Amino acid sequence: MGDISLTINGKVETHDVGDNTLLVDFIREKAGLTGTHIGCDTSQCGACVVHLDGVSVKACTILAAQAAGSEVTTIEGIGSSDSLHPMQEAFQENHGLQCGFCTPGMVMSAIELVSKNKNASEKEIRDGLEGNICRCTGYHNIVKSVKAGAEKMGV
Amino acid sequence: MYSTKYVKPNSTPEALEAIKSLSEGKFLAGGMTLIPTLKQRLASPDGLVDISGCNLDTIADEGETIKIGAMSRHVSVAESPVVKKAIPTLASLAEGIGDRQVRNRGTLGGSVANNDPSACYPSAVLALKATVHTNSRSIAADDFFTGMFETALEEDEIIESISFSKPTKANYVKFPNPASRYAMVGVFVAKFGEGVRVAVTGAGEGGVFRHKEMETALSSNYSSDSLSSLNIASDGLISDLHASAEYRANLIKEMTKRAVV
Ligand SMILES: Cc1cc2nc3c(=O)[nH]c(=O)nc-3n(C[C@H](O)[C@H](O)[C@H](O)COP(=O)(O)OP(=O)(O)OC[C@H]3O[C@@H](n4cnc5c(N)ncnc54)[C@H](O)[C@@H]3O)c2cc1C
Ligand code: FES
Ligand code: FES
Repeated sequence: MGDISLTINGKVETHDVGDNTLLVDFIREKAGLTGTHIGCDTSQCGACVVHLDGVSVKACTILAAQAAGSEVTTIEGIGSSDSLHPMQEAFQENHGLQCGFCTPGMVMSAIELVSKNKNASEKEIRDGLEGNICRCTGYHNIVKSVKAGAEKMGV
Repeated sequence: MYSTKYVKPNSTPEALEAIKSLSEGKFLAGGMTLIPTLKQRLASPDGLVDISGCNLDTIADEGETIKIGAMSRHVSVAESPVVKKAIPTLASLAEGIGDRQVRNRGTLGGSVANNDPSACYPSAVLALKATVHTNSRSIAADDFFTGMFETALEEDEIIESISFSKPTKANYVKFPNPASRYAMVGVFVAKFGEGVRVAVTGAGEGGVFRHKEMETALSSNYSSDSLSSLNIASDGLISDLHASAEYRANLIKEMTKRAVV
């Protein structure tokens, strides 16, 4: 046990947790931010994707200790219900979600994807979302949302 | 996950000291294999020594070879101008590993040390006559992989970098498992002045291996035609829920044909 300190959405979070604590549990249980989801045990579904120092990562496969001193951005950090992030708006407008379980991870992966490649083709979007699994939508409208999100973001 | 201790030293000597002070310590690189293993309680190390602060992530062109630091993440290899120029297929191999988030964390050293029978990098190490540099010695690729999940590494030995020989031509083609993206079969073909090397991953019960028959055929005639008459044996190949040994044998031939262009 010992204090682990990291910045989540601009706020410093310091908590006394075991070295075996996963980043996703630190975010959900210690920082109380439950927008980051856990959908699997095998590091495959991407429901837990957050940005760690600007890079998308699976928060279920990193220890909080590995992220100590870093800046983490979660889905709560990119917009609010009054003022959605353009990528969130795009998902809403293009019916890019049904149950919404995969959506936080999808949106976080999508933001990194389009900020690296603003003119991503359909194939590049599909490849880029390889690490995010959706049980509902069949992906079609997710791809549409990401395209629209890229335009809205004007990246 | 069982409880454990985490340390993050700033140099290789400090990392070695840290691992020696533990009875069953493990190096932690990208964690993309180790952390899922810990989550499933398949291992219970008394400590984790994070080597991401040990400056092991340089990528350099050294003339005949390119030297890649063990902590180089898959994404860095995929995007490296040095790798893209000298051995473009190595950059695309890295680009084809798992998914973006796995590539953002996973490392060359972790993949090679782990020697998963379905991992991509071991085939590049073997086909590109690589040398694995550790804290205490340099190991030739042909002596490095000793069986499924087994390598010549001693306990507490750390891979610092790997030097890959520049081929005149090379190509890696994999048939990915549609769920995990690991290789169901992956073939790395590399042509050198003295002959062709063919390394097969995803298929062997003993892990990655060189296919001598195909090497001989391609060394005398570097074209997919020279493979047509070969009969690829299924002995010693993996049979599991994803594919039978016979199916894998057929994939080996097919992937090699596609690699030889
Ligand atoms: C969803 C998913 C999909 C994947 N798909 C693929 C794929 O398509 N192809 C593929 O090849 N791989 C795939 N992988 C595996 C991935 O490439 C891992 O990054 C790699 O196997 C391990 O690297 P790591 O840096 O994460 O190592 P870690 O998990 O940190 O370590 C793995 C092992 O190596 C040891 N180790 C690490 N670094 C060193 C070192 N420098 N010296 C000595 N020992 C060391 C550790 O102690 C540990 O035992 C996938 C993984 C996931 C989660
Ligand atoms: S919870 Fe499924 S990848 Fe993290
Ligand atoms: S919207 Fe339900 S899992 Fe994607």
